Amino acid sequence: MEVLNEPIRQEMMILCCICGIGIEPNPANMCVACLRTQIDVTESIPKQATIHFCKGCERYLQPPAEWIHAALESRELLTLCLKRLKGLNRVKLIDAGFVWTEPHSMRLKVKLTVQAEVMSGAILQQVFIVEYTINHQMCNDCHRTEAKDYWRALVQVRQRATNKKTFYYLEQLILKYKAHEQTLGIKPIHEGLDFFYTNEATARKMVDFLSSVIPCRYDHSKKLISHDIHSNIYNYKFTYSVEIVPISRDSVVCLPRKLSHQLGGINAICLVYKITNFIHLMDVATGQKLNATLYWRHSFNSICDPKQLIEYTVMDIEQIKYKDIKFFPGQGTISHKHVIADVWVVRSSDLGLNENLIHTRSHLGHILKPGDTVLGYALSESNINDENFERLNKDVIPDVILTKKNYTQDRAARRRMRAWKLKHMIEDKDSIATDNNDYYEFLEDIEEDPEMRQNINIFKDPRKSIPVDTNELSDPSYPQISLEEMLEDLSIDDIEIPHVL
Amino acid sequence: MSVRVQFENNNEVGVFSKLTNSYCLVAIGGSENFYSVFEAELAETIPVIHASVGGCRIIGRLCVGNKNGLLVPHTTTDTELQHIRNSLPDKVKVQRIEERLSALGNVISCNDHVALVHPDLDRASIILRYNETEEILADTLNVEVFRQTVAGNVLVGSYSVLSNQGGLVHPKTSIQDQDELSSLLQVPLAAGTVNRGSEVIAAGMVVNDWVAFCGMDTTSTELSVIESVFKLNDASPAAIASTMLCLKAKVSGKV
Repeated sequence: MEVLNEPIRQEMMILCCICGIGIEPNPANMCVACLRTQIDVTESIPKQATIHFCKGCERYLQPPAEWIHAALESRELLTLCLKRLKGLNRVKLIDAGFVWTEPHSMRLKVKLTVQAEVMSGAILQQVFIVEYTINHQMCNDCHRTEAKDYWRALVQVRQRATNKKTFYYLEQLILKYKAHEQTLGIKPIHEGLDFFYTNEATARKMVDFLSSVIPCRYDHSKKLISHDIHSNIYNYKFTYSVEIVPISRDSVVCLPRKLSHQLGGINAICLVYKITNFIHLMDVATGQKLNATLYWRHSFNSICDPKQLIEYTVMDIEQIKYKDIKFFPGQGTISHKHVIADVWVVRSSDLGLNENLIHTRSHLGHILKPGDTVLGYALSESNINDENFERLNKDVIPDVILTKKNYTQDRAARRRMRAWKLKHMIEDKDSIATDNNDYYEFLEDIEEDPEMRQNINIFKDPRKSIPVDTNELSDPSYPQISLEEMLEDLSIDDIEIPHVL
Repeated sequence: MSVRVQFENNNEVGVFSKLTNSYCLVAIGGSENFYSVFEAELAETIPVIHASVGGCRIIGRLCVGNKNGLLVPHTTTDTELQHIRNSLPDKVKVQRIEERLSALGNVISCNDHVALVHPDLDRASIILRYNETEEILADTLNVEVFRQTVAGNVLVGSYSVLSNQGGLVHPKTSIQDQDELSSLLQVPLAAGTVNRGSEVIAAGMVVNDWVAFCGMDTTSTELSVIESVFKLNDASPAAIASTMLCLKAKVSGKV
């Protein structure tokens, strides 16, 4: 007797309504292959698209107006490609990836896997490839560069002076206050620098910065490039011409009589001992300030500039007592940082040859002592062509004006000792070369003047160690920059990580 | 013989027509195309009649019948009933029934001998003085009545089509269900579709013992399934008559 087997669960089978193969019934009652032929879930998705690429800056356009950097086969590029496809929101995206294409073919191929629900419940998955054509389109930035109209405003900074120290100082100021951040470019030219800007406002900002740090005046002009009479749009190029006073630190000037009177009876022959946004003048007796507008009203020139400095040796010094100093009503401010002294000097080159001591008064009484060397101008021996100077009574003109104590016995040794450096705005420029006497003098000025250092970022020079024992120049009064004043330079070290085996 | 046909661009031909072995009802359409197709196939053997039920064209879903009779729902107007009675052969009994499930075509599926009905069809309407639907059905159509479902669907009239030769049921009907139904009906059954995968078989086609009409979308695969299960390949009224004669001769010869 046959045992009735328990009911076997037989699979229901129907014929696919198109091709007639046996299938299990499904909502469409078609086999998968036939369903594929009947329904295309990718119908709503374009199979070809265009991507715009800027050859100049190698960026891709992300509509409407963004340009982004993306490497080939990168995640960013894939995002960009998928964003270009319109109907992708109607299906469920399962996977996307690049198919390799030759970079020069200007084609990108993206392989997409999508799922969609068809015929009331059946989920169909489909893999397809979208081809992107890369078209060249110049981005706005490159377009402007190509059209050479990338700057709208220009600031021309000029100084008609014999040395470049003011520009070295200005460069450090700009770096410290980051005033150059919005510039498009900086171009050194004869007697000055040009700063380029995209719009007038940023140029104006630069001019304001300049007038707040150095004594200068500026002029403004504009040139019409194009205009549209219908919409009242005018396209200008703006130029600011900034002129810095042609007087540098440590020069000697001769003031016009009227100005010297106005400044509280200051001596007509003055030393420029500091330049900020004011010109600081120093008489042997007083310290006086002069601001830029006042300067341009009474234009005067330097009668001696630092190139003419001569080295003297102090033979004797006698500080003038406070009670012996003459005061008169209406006198300007008197500097308390300086001490007036009678100094007898002899020219260092004549030392030992003759005994002609030259007597002068100096404001350096607090730092000079017999035997020191000092830099000064020999007014009596100079050939001076100056209108104001001619009118002076020759009797009151001192023979020698001492400007500063001389620490520069050995300039090369001093350079070797220097364990700090400065940053520069532009590295490779002939006009602001940093290997000349002007620049070294500027560095020495920084060392000697702590007030000047406040406006300057000084960086440690990693190539030089801080000297522990100063045996070369053992003078304790020798001006040096302390370690606290220096900044560590930013260094990014690219350390290669060893591969783990 | 099977024919593809459309009713006013609609493939659901089972909705707009009712075909039995002794008559054919066709809905009144805007054009005569649909009617012409039926007439061309059937006019020689059985009457093809324009009809409406309760002012509707969906006569295939509203009424149910076989060669013995025709049941129409209570929505049928007297004029319509009169027209149908006048047009049908005299031996066909026409009966209007009072039934809550008035789309009779959807709830009843029958051939000339058996009928599958919706499980909830009225057993007895005591309040309404009428006979119960099941009883009327058995009397009018001369069939044995079974309350059944097809693939879990109670609308047996929609999801199955029967003739005396065979039957087509909903594609999801399990083999066990098919066997059970087949043993009740005493005809072979197959699961299948019409109109390119439509599960609502009775809406997509009408069939009698020698001809089937399907929606225009029906694929050749579906047609071949239909032709094989309803044995339409060599079926024609003449062929059937001859096989009957043969059988009669054999029987008499044996005797």
